Amino acid sequence: MNRAIVRKVVTIVHTLKFPKKAFTNDAAAGVSSADSVQFNNEEHKLGMTTNMDEYDVAIVGGGMVGMALACALSNMPLTKHLNIAIIDSNPALGRRDCIKKDDLPDARVSTVTPATISFFKDVGAWEYVQQHRHAYFDKMQVWDYTGLGYTTYNARDVGKEILGCVVENKVLHSSLLSCLEQNAEFQKTIYPSRLSSMTLESRSPSTETGFSPSATTLHNCGCLAKLDLSDGKSLYAKLVVGADGGKSRVRELAGIKTTGWSYPQNAVICTVEHDVENKCAWQRFLPSGPIALLPVGDKYSNIVWTMKPKESSEHKSMNADDFVKAVNKALDYGYGPHPQSSFVGNYGDRFSWFPAAMTPSANEHFEVPPKAVKVASERMAFPLSLMHANDYASNRVVLIGDAAHTVHPLAGQGVNLGFGDAFSLSKVISDGIAVGSDIGEVSLLKKYEAERKPANIMMTAILDGFQKAYSLDLGPLNILRAAAFHGAQYIAPVKRNIIAYASGEQKWPLFS
Amino acid sequence: MAPKSLKLCRALCCNFPLSRFSISKSSHILQLRSYADVPQSASVEPFPVPAPEISPAKINDRNDGNTGRTSVSSSLNEVELAKFSAIAETWWDSEGPFKPLHALNPTRLSFIRSTLCRHFRKDPYCARPFEGLKIVDVGCGGGILSEPLARMGASVTGIDAVEKNIKIAQLHAELDSVTSSINYCCTTAEKLVEEQRKFDAVIALEVIEHVADPAEFCKSLAALTVTDGATVISTVNRSMRSYATAIIAAEYLLHWLPKGTHQWSSFLAPEELVLILERASISVQEIAGFVYNPLTGKWALSDDISVNFIAFGSKNGQ
Repeated sequence: MNRAIVRKVVTIVHTLKFPKKAFTNDAAAGVSSADSVQFNNEEHKLGMTTNMDEYDVAIVGGGMVGMALACALSNMPLTKHLNIAIIDSNPALGRRDCIKKDDLPDARVSTVTPATISFFKDVGAWEYVQQHRHAYFDKMQVWDYTGLGYTTYNARDVGKEILGCVVENKVLHSSLLSCLEQNAEFQKTIYPSRLSSMTLESRSPSTETGFSPSATTLHNCGCLAKLDLSDGKSLYAKLVVGADGGKSRVRELAGIKTTGWSYPQNAVICTVEHDVENKCAWQRFLPSGPIALLPVGDKYSNIVWTMKPKESSEHKSMNADDFVKAVNKALDYGYGPHPQSSFVGNYGDRFSWFPAAMTPSANEHFEVPPKAVKVASERMAFPLSLMHANDYASNRVVLIGDAAHTVHPLAGQGVNLGFGDAFSLSKVISDGIAVGSDIGEVSLLKKYEAERKPANIMMTAILDGFQKAYSLDLGPLNILRAAAFHGAQYIAPVKRNIIAYASGEQKWPLFS
Repeated sequence: MAPKSLKLCRALCCNFPLSRFSISKSSHILQLRSYADVPQSASVEPFPVPAPEISPAKINDRNDGNTGRTSVSSSLNEVELAKFSAIAETWWDSEGPFKPLHALNPTRLSFIRSTLCRHFRKDPYCARPFEGLKIVDVGCGGGILSEPLARMGASVTGIDAVEKNIKIAQLHAELDSVTSSINYCCTTAEKLVEEQRKFDAVIALEVIEHVADPAEFCKSLAALTVTDGATVISTVNRSMRSYATAIIAAEYLLHWLPKGTHQWSSFLAPEELVLILERASISVQEIAGFVYNPLTGKWALSDDISVNFIAFGSKNGQ
């Protein structure tokens, strides 16, 4: 069927792309490459400036985070006049796709935090998300295999209605595309190609070449970056934004070093179906990694199961029924007992004199997640790693999203950090234009780095800490983790802080 | 900030005890900074510029008793000129000797943007609000102020008395098609007045403290401004705090500026500036101060005018 053909086209194209990229199996992207090229030519003519492919901003990578930046720029009064180029070889970018309502949910989903939802609302993209499948959830239960403790989080603990929303990546991406396209005045050109090389410090061919400054007399004399694409085209840009994922080519060409290590884990993702509707997010930490069950809507849920690489290839290739059994076992009695439900009576007496100490969810009993009935999508496995770029910005180059940092998926924060980067960068660019700065100047870009880097590093470190804490099966450590579960469950300020931090409403985990 | 600055301004105009003014008491409330506060480096930019620009003109025009002072300052400025020319190439090195100026620039520009947008009734949310305005940057140095003004849409003329600065400014401006339209001249404000040039906005930042006769300089600036045009001047206050900050700390302790860059006696108190601008038919409408936070290394606009301040005035109709 269409999907089989598309998958073939997509796999060919995606030998070039990286596993973490969004937009892999878009069933509706039955777009032939001829169409997209033609579309691009029209776009190109419309968006063509008189100055031979000179742009203000070149966004390399048209995934969720790159498009979020483009949307944010199109939406702000000071930046909506900018001329933008988007470089991405994904053919689906050239056409607004039609995701049908009765498509099965894609396995690539993301949990968007309330902070990200409000960003989307600000740029006007959330209304497009709401037209497709999306699942708000307001409850979350976290426990581990030792059965010594559990924590339930409820949005009402912090006075909100939702903890987050689970949306398929392709829905997020197409919503951002739609939002971008509905703004007809915004000049953007899509180049369906890959970046092959980049020269900084070059000068636009249209300016006079009467002078020839020597490098010693003028510092930062390069005014434009020249980007050479794999299809032979070239373009100039004042600012190059690297939004091209964990194995960023922009980062490599700019010579920005990274720090990081790979986790000895792969993540297996899949969509499963239930008999009943699931409205809660579940996460159980198993000896080799956490398994998460996220509601996707319409009785479907998404599984993100982190495990050792060998196990992950087994789970990926085992037949569907066995996989369903394995999932149910992992979420239920597999690997260890259920935690005891909270003895509210005992604790209630102690805390009744201090009402603020108890949150509504402290009284929740332990529940078993709904059983998976069958597998609804193919299973995919991805290696996990931690990576953080040493600098986010250098002359004329800035990194956002996975190009700057990758984290463990155990708290669903990865793409939310990326969206935070995109919106922060758009504000910094807007402030720079307000005072007439050159947007590619390092001093301006360092402001973005100073805002995002500490927060990103903190989150990365916390997630890494969790990953390490849950990877050892040691008696004392298990007791400590149980104590942590109990502490988070019953000490209201701790729970409120955790929820607020994970929802993006609070910048730092403590003292905020 | 506007109504507070207006009140400030009126207070300055009305009470003239030059030694004491109540403003400094209220500004002390805002002070949390010790001597380490060093906004003074902003003056690095055009420091030898106007002195040679003004003093030869003065000697030519008026043979009054000022010659003693001008001859001293002109010889001093020759030395500074040479020092300045030596580091002229580092104008655009944002990590070099002009680093404090680069850090201060966005703050100055935000004041200029907000006052000029309000005065000329331009849309503050427009990316190029100065479209159609003719602005002259007196003492432009390497063009650090002129280029952002050009990017904001203005037709900018940059003047400086140091030839090398103009060359550097021209070279750097050529790199971007937007800024290549800036007209740089190695000339003085007086010469422009003789050519009867008029501008919608005249901006002279960190210039007037190096001028031999500030009153005459202000008259030249006023002559360059059209009626109801804008004049923006920034300089250093003459107060004990500024002596401690701009002279002792900046020049001797932190070495942000070469020793002898500034003479405290040539600093202007805000009310003096307002007075000489009044006499030149410019009514000052807003004054703001720049403060430096040594912890974050950032500059900010504030009501504290005890060290660095910037004044915006408009030319009265005649």
